[in-house]
Amino acid sequence: MSLTSHLNSPIGKKLVTGVTGLGLTFFVLMHMIGNLSMFSGDDAYNLYAHFLMSLGPLLYAVELGLVVFFLAHAINGVKIWMGKRKARPQGYKVYKSAGKPSMQSSSSRSMIITGIILLVFLVFHLISFKFGPGGPGNGDPAYLTTIDGVEMRDLAKLVREKFATGWYTWGYTAIMLLLVVHLRHGVWSALQSLGAMRPSLSPAIYTIGGLIGLGIGLGFIVMPLALYFGMI
Amino acid sequence: MANSMNITLKVWRQAGPDAQGGFETYVVPDANEHMSFLELLDVLNEQLIKEGKDPVEFDHDCREGICGSCGVVIDGMAHGPQQRTACCQLHMRHYKDGDTIVIEPWRAEGFPIIKDLVVDRSAFDRIIAAGGYISANTGAAQDANALPIAKYNADLAMDYATCIGCGACVAACPNASASLFTAAKIAQLSLLPQGDPERKTRVRNMVDQMDKEGFGDCSNHAECEAVCPKGISISSIAIMRREYVKALAD
Ligand code: SF4
Ligand code: FES
Repeated sequence: MSLTSHLNSPIGKKLVTGVTGLGLTFFVLMHMIGNLSMFSGDDAYNLYAHFLMSLGPLLYAVELGLVVFFLAHAINGVKIWMGKRKARPQGYKVYKSAGKPSMQSSSSRSMIITGIILLVFLVFHLISFKFGPGGPGNGDPAYLTTIDGVEMRDLAKLVREKFATGWYTWGYTAIMLLLVVHLRHGVWSALQSLGAMRPSLSPAIYTIGGLIGLGIGLGFIVMPLALYFGMI
Repeated sequence: MANSMNITLKVWRQAGPDAQGGFETYVVPDANEHMSFLELLDVLNEQLIKEGKDPVEFDHDCREGICGSCGVVIDGMAHGPQQRTACCQLHMRHYKDGDTIVIEPWRAEGFPIIKDLVVDRSAFDRIIAAGGYISANTGAAQDANALPIAKYNADLAMDYATCIGCGACVAACPNASASLFTAAKIAQLSLLPQGDPERKTRVRNMVDQMDKEGFGDCSNHAECEAVCPKGISISSIAIMRREYVKALAD
């Protein structure tokens, strides 16, 4: 059997979804922590962004990796969802969870929906910020700043503008809450898929997964809200 | 004398594999709390036969929770509301006079309906035939303790070996995945020296067969464990994944 057929096997799909899911969770965690630099002032935020840009080839490598991870994660998610529709063409008239130890929840059942919304948001988000004014292919002198004699992109200005608008701020907040919902089942599920589970640890790991999701989501939400309410 | 209960049943009726099915409503006026769930269906069938109607087909054999023949979805839950209980062991004392109960067959592409509540579970036989056995010539029976096995492994293997092949795990899984059934056998044999020589081909072939039978993928909802009459843990699925990865390593 070839590598692709192994990756496409029922277990391959879960491993790929799990590994890429954990990788992406680590990425959003780092992204969230980076965002918090805004609390140290616009210069700190711009310097951090500039530092990332100055990594050059290393940054491109990471970005390429992220694209591959996002695509693999999304494609597998859709495949699993399509497989489920094929595997049960006719649903039940009445369907209920039998309760614990089931981990079924609104979160586990909505992974495909939250996932698709997050993917659409990602594209929109990249267009707004990464490729927004002052970004690659969109040089705009109004979004440049000079810190300690170094000219760099004034990303903080763009962030402030975006999160001065109500619909943008609340929309972003809502999406981040969906990320929490996605991670609540996702983190636990990835760890279970990678075979790291002792039954006695399951409830603890499920709780930790939920807390990681909640921490990441709240971390993303505080900065825009602080900007919107003029606290920073 | 137990009080009699008036129970309304909404039962899935389907004349044959390709026939159009639908729900029929029946009233059993003299059910009582001492009946098992399947006895309730027996009483319903006697009623139907007396009325000159076709009785409801349902699978059953031992009626003591050990053979895995029985299995229907009761009010949305495979084997009904009581955990770790096959529906033959479910008793009517869990219901009260005037209740309405919805009964459906297992629904999965891999378990085509034969008639009414009876589904074809031969897909499970083919998964086992793909590798869920050992093919050593054992000769005469050995002394019980000739082959030392760690107590922990022996106990765990025994837990996984209790699968009765009922199919509730598939029926309850939102994805109609057969992972728990397949993993139970793989995990059991992976823990025993007898299972060692064929471990790699076993996991590859069984997972392959599970896929070919049209079952869905596992999404770790863990609903299977909640409905399994034997309470088989999804840790078996984690073992199956590890075995699979190890089998690919060479
Ligand atoms: S794992 Fe449990 S639910 Fe699934 S077939 Fe075996 S006994 Fe039935
Ligand atoms: S009839 Fe044998 S397990 Fe229910």
